[in-house]
Amino acid sequence: MQTPPRLDLSGITKRFPGVLANDQVSFAVQPGEIHALLGENGAGKSTLVKMIYGIMQPDAGEIAWNGARITIANPKAARKLGIGMVFQHFSLFEAMTVLENIALGMDAKIPARDLEAKIVAVMQQYGLKLEPHRIVSTLSVGERQRIEIVRALLLNPNLLIMDEPTSVLTPQEVEQLFVVLRQLAKEGCSILYISHKLHEIKALCDTATILRGGKLVDTCDPAKETSRSMAEKMIGGSLKDIQRGEGRALGTAKLTVQNLSIPKDGPFGIALKDISFSVKAGEIFGIAGVAGNGQNALLLALSGETPSLKPDAIQIDGSKIAALTAKQRRLAGMASVPEERNGHAAVPDFSLSDNAILTARDRMGMVSGGMVNARSARTYAGEVIAAFSVKATGPGAMADSLSGGNLQKFIMGREIMQKPQVLVVSQPTWGVDAGAAAAIHQALVDLAATGSAIVVISQDLDELLSLCDTLAVINEGNLSKPMPVAGANIEEIGLLMGGVHGDPNAPTHISSEVAHAY
Amino acid sequence: MRIKLEKRPAPSTFMLIATPIASVLLTMLIGVIVFDAIGIEGERAVIDIFLTPILASYKWQDVAVKAAPLIIIALGLSIGNRAQIWNIGAEGQYVLGALFAAGVGIAAGPTGGPFTLILMILAGIVGGAAWAAIPAFLKTRWDVNEILTSLMLTYVSFQVLGYLVGGPWKDPNGRNFPATAPLPESLTLPILFPGTTVHLGVAIALILPFVFWVLMSKSVFGFQIRVVGSAPHAARHGGFDAKQTIWMALLIGGGMAGLAGALEFTGSLKAINLGFPSGYGFTAIIVAFLGRLNPIGCLIAGFVLAVTYVGGQVAQTTVHIPNSTAGIFQAMMLFFILASDILIRYRVRFIAKKPANSTEAHT
Amino acid sequence: MSPEFVIASIVTIIGLTTPILLAGLGELITEKSGVLNLGVEGMMLMGAISGFVITALTFNPWLGVIGAAAGGALSSMLFAVLVLQLNSNQVATGLALSIFGTGLSSLIGVSFTGRIVPQFGSIFPDALAKDPILKLFFGYSPLVYFALAMVPLTAWFLKSTRAGLILRAVGENDHSAHSIGYSVTGVRYAAIAFGGAMAGIGGAYFSMVITPMWAEKMTAGRGWIALALVVFAGWRTGRLLAGAYFFGFLMWLELFAKANGFGNSLPFVQAIPSQFWAAMPYVMTVVALTLISSRGNVGASAPACLGKPFLPST
Repeated sequence: MQTPPRLDLSGITKRFPGVLANDQVSFAVQPGEIHALLGENGAGKSTLVKMIYGIMQPDAGEIAWNGARITIANPKAARKLGIGMVFQHFSLFEAMTVLENIALGMDAKIPARDLEAKIVAVMQQYGLKLEPHRIVSTLSVGERQRIEIVRALLLNPNLLIMDEPTSVLTPQEVEQLFVVLRQLAKEGCSILYISHKLHEIKALCDTATILRGGKLVDTCDPAKETSRSMAEKMIGGSLKDIQRGEGRALGTAKLTVQNLSIPKDGPFGIALKDISFSVKAGEIFGIAGVAGNGQNALLLALSGETPSLKPDAIQIDGSKIAALTAKQRRLAGMASVPEERNGHAAVPDFSLSDNAILTARDRMGMVSGGMVNARSARTYAGEVIAAFSVKATGPGAMADSLSGGNLQKFIMGREIMQKPQVLVVSQPTWGVDAGAAAAIHQALVDLAATGSAIVVISQDLDELLSLCDTLAVINEGNLSKPMPVAGANIEEIGLLMGGVHGDPNAPTHISSEVAHAY
Repeated sequence: MRIKLEKRPAPSTFMLIATPIASVLLTMLIGVIVFDAIGIEGERAVIDIFLTPILASYKWQDVAVKAAPLIIIALGLSIGNRAQIWNIGAEGQYVLGALFAAGVGIAAGPTGGPFTLILMILAGIVGGAAWAAIPAFLKTRWDVNEILTSLMLTYVSFQVLGYLVGGPWKDPNGRNFPATAPLPESLTLPILFPGTTVHLGVAIALILPFVFWVLMSKSVFGFQIRVVGSAPHAARHGGFDAKQTIWMALLIGGGMAGLAGALEFTGSLKAINLGFPSGYGFTAIIVAFLGRLNPIGCLIAGFVLAVTYVGGQVAQTTVHIPNSTAGIFQAMMLFFILASDILIRYRVRFIAKKPANSTEAHT
Repeated sequence: MSPEFVIASIVTIIGLTTPILLAGLGELITEKSGVLNLGVEGMMLMGAISGFVITALTFNPWLGVIGAAAGGALSSMLFAVLVLQLNSNQVATGLALSIFGTGLSSLIGVSFTGRIVPQFGSIFPDALAKDPILKLFFGYSPLVYFALAMVPLTAWFLKSTRAGLILRAVGENDHSAHSIGYSVTGVRYAAIAFGGAMAGIGGAYFSMVITPMWAEKMTAGRGWIALALVVFAGWRTGRLLAGAYFFGFLMWLELFAKANGFGNSLPFVQAIPSQFWAAMPYVMTVVALTLISSRGNVGASAPACLGKPFLPST
């Protein structure tokens, strides 16, 4: 008799108010197989794995484990079966040590010393390096992910679920992760690998299951597919390329940042060190980097939420704005969109109309004599909704009633329609579906075409490469020398992201961070 | 059975208005049950506390006079609470407001007229704001928790009051009783209806909610307060200064409490003794929440709480329950209103637990 | 200063310290789980009246203490249900609990006013407990030893036990703890109940040890000082003990001044009104909080989820 699949899902259905998150999803994962779960944001991947890991219960359908039908009541039950999971958003405790964090993930009560010995053994087996007594808040993102992996491996899993594991890693770290995953698979552990990065799936996975709108659209062999064919299955249509106008010419320097330094904000913050770059009119300038390397601090410094003491550190068309407040900078033509939509770029429990007041009130004439003109706010919000085809019931809709992509379109529209001289955006398409992402990219290109200077901060290197004219890498608060995107060397960018600032062909120059890590 | 919360697409206006009313009614109902259980005539007690002050016209003036400070203080506090700034020291600011007013009155001597009176009231606002400025300064400068500092300063204010009325400001003709000399007629607030105790402060308490309503719902300042309370990072992104908001919220809260203290002193009590702090500053917190932090809501809730104060005194004589009973009712209303907050944003569904879901996985 | 005076003063300070130490330890555990319960004052009063009533009815102070713990814990459950189940605002709900506890304890206490309850006997033989010098070590109420024993126990619980680790984890990152599979709500219920029980015992110290009588609002704001103590201690057990003695000393200063202890000292000290000394513990609380906060690490040492509501996504 044939060995039954490790995990066999049939007809899994999960409904949330207003959404069918999973609709009759059926597929199987074999022992030792690396199985990709592919889909856009909102396709239902996370919901599906949450049910496999026991965080949620399916409304209908069956889960079979090694051929036997089971119910997974909670994560503890999942772990007992041998299902391990590494979350996209790490479930780590910043103020605690590596050892304490791992102990919390163990269901069996193991004395601290024995646990430490086990951890060291697992790390040696897979070539992972971690210091058990370090406090998590002092670790890099890559090291934090290693804690999650070690925690999962200590359970001797038969199925390891990896939820978007590479979105926070440098290309080199991704390679090293793949080595670990292949070794695990060779030892018979199944891996369910969630991603939307197609080249990674082609490089790593044996099988790919593609979800769209909660439904399974295909289970295929990624080696036999092209990235484009899988992408089209994923979004259910043909990919739209960015439309650029003919014969673009860049103007003179519009935004100039000179020796901008900002001390770190709080014990876990990142200081900005002597950052200099300039963006010409019509140029889209990309800033790449691994999460937590000062991107947030840079956005806050540019938007004016963290003012600088040196007025000439930031200039727009030669006028010094670095000492101005956020409100004054907006009047001077600087608009910004921070990474976090809910609670930073927008107020979740305010209407779209009120959210328009938040950043557009002064430039769009919504205030007179200290009073808010609610009608003009409503009109403006309505214009943004129409121009950016935001799916919402109207200007009165609460921001948190919108999907991530629609809220992001509204926020981008709110800034772009103010016709800013300079627009700084962070993670413009984070957690946004492909349709909305394409619309946002197009809007940025169109704004640049009118002569504005645009800065895009993103962890998604593919996005920057397709969108930007120029690229620089931020690492531990330092910004690399800008380079034109045409002819950029991925290898070099990857090394810069990992903190190497020298000749990429000389591996002896690999920084202590990377060397220490593996 | 299990409770499941489902987020509403938009906050429910019905629940926003219905829940405070339901809270009051539930409090009355539970009051009847509890009092009956402990051997007090429950129905009688609840009727006396909640209805007698409304039905008996001779109690109306008492209700109005008690509602005035509650409404005024609650208006100020609701601004702070909206911005998630927790001033729980309004009682102390109320005391300081009265003391500042008294200080001006004493300095002006017995010959003062309407001008002095206005000065006294303004001094009350300044006094309350000054007392609230201490937590504001500490919060903005060193991020010291304003909940604890504002409350600690309330205890300090009682000692300041004790020192002043027992020492420098003691009435020389007062048989050594620790109290200030009664205010001369010229320095007391005018009475609105002759023969009653309803003073000008009541009129101020009726007008101010509308001023605050315009401020909170139409002005940039009101918008700022709402954003800071709802999403502080978004407020910073929108160009609103967090420290300025803390200052404004605490100064307005303190100023209003101080105003209430000055009005209570010049309009109602006319002298300050050790019993001057009577808990209005704490009860106003309940008023603010029962009024859903809405100025007009505060106006209505202020009257409801004033009714329980007056009714508590009625019940003291009729069913012989202690004075503190009104406090229990007030706290119960606050509990209910807080418990029902969730109904505004969420729909509550009761789900029968399916047995299939509760079985553990077996290996 | 005579040795008798020094000993008497130390005995007084230890007595004054005990209730805030008990309540502070309870609140420390509650806050470590990520919940800010401002109802300490109300829970102390509920404990004070419960302990008093049970002792008055059973004539057994030990049962009284158990009753006080139960009274404090039960009243804390009101807060817990609202905050954990109905997601209400923690600050406002804690305030409501304080107001409620004050009112309810007064109501219950009406029929017990003026009664005197039996007190704890000494747990040590009189030769030790009444000895003019040895009473410094053996002359206290059992509650004092209980409070002192709870300090290392709490520290050990938090640092070295698995339950303590889980408690800290829940306060540090509730969503992570939930996704690993811990019951955030369950842990928080337990932590709130413990905080309530400890506050209740702290309150009973007023009605059963300091004076064996009931009086309305007899805890006189000590619950709020206990809250300040936790912040002052930077959420650390050892510093909580030190802070409690500091506040105990300030409260002793007030008693000392009221008893005209400064009678024969310098004229300017004599000229200080008694209200100054009465205000001193509160003023010093503000000063101490400011000093701690100005060192800039309060935010970092506080449990990361303190005061934030938790709603799981399922």
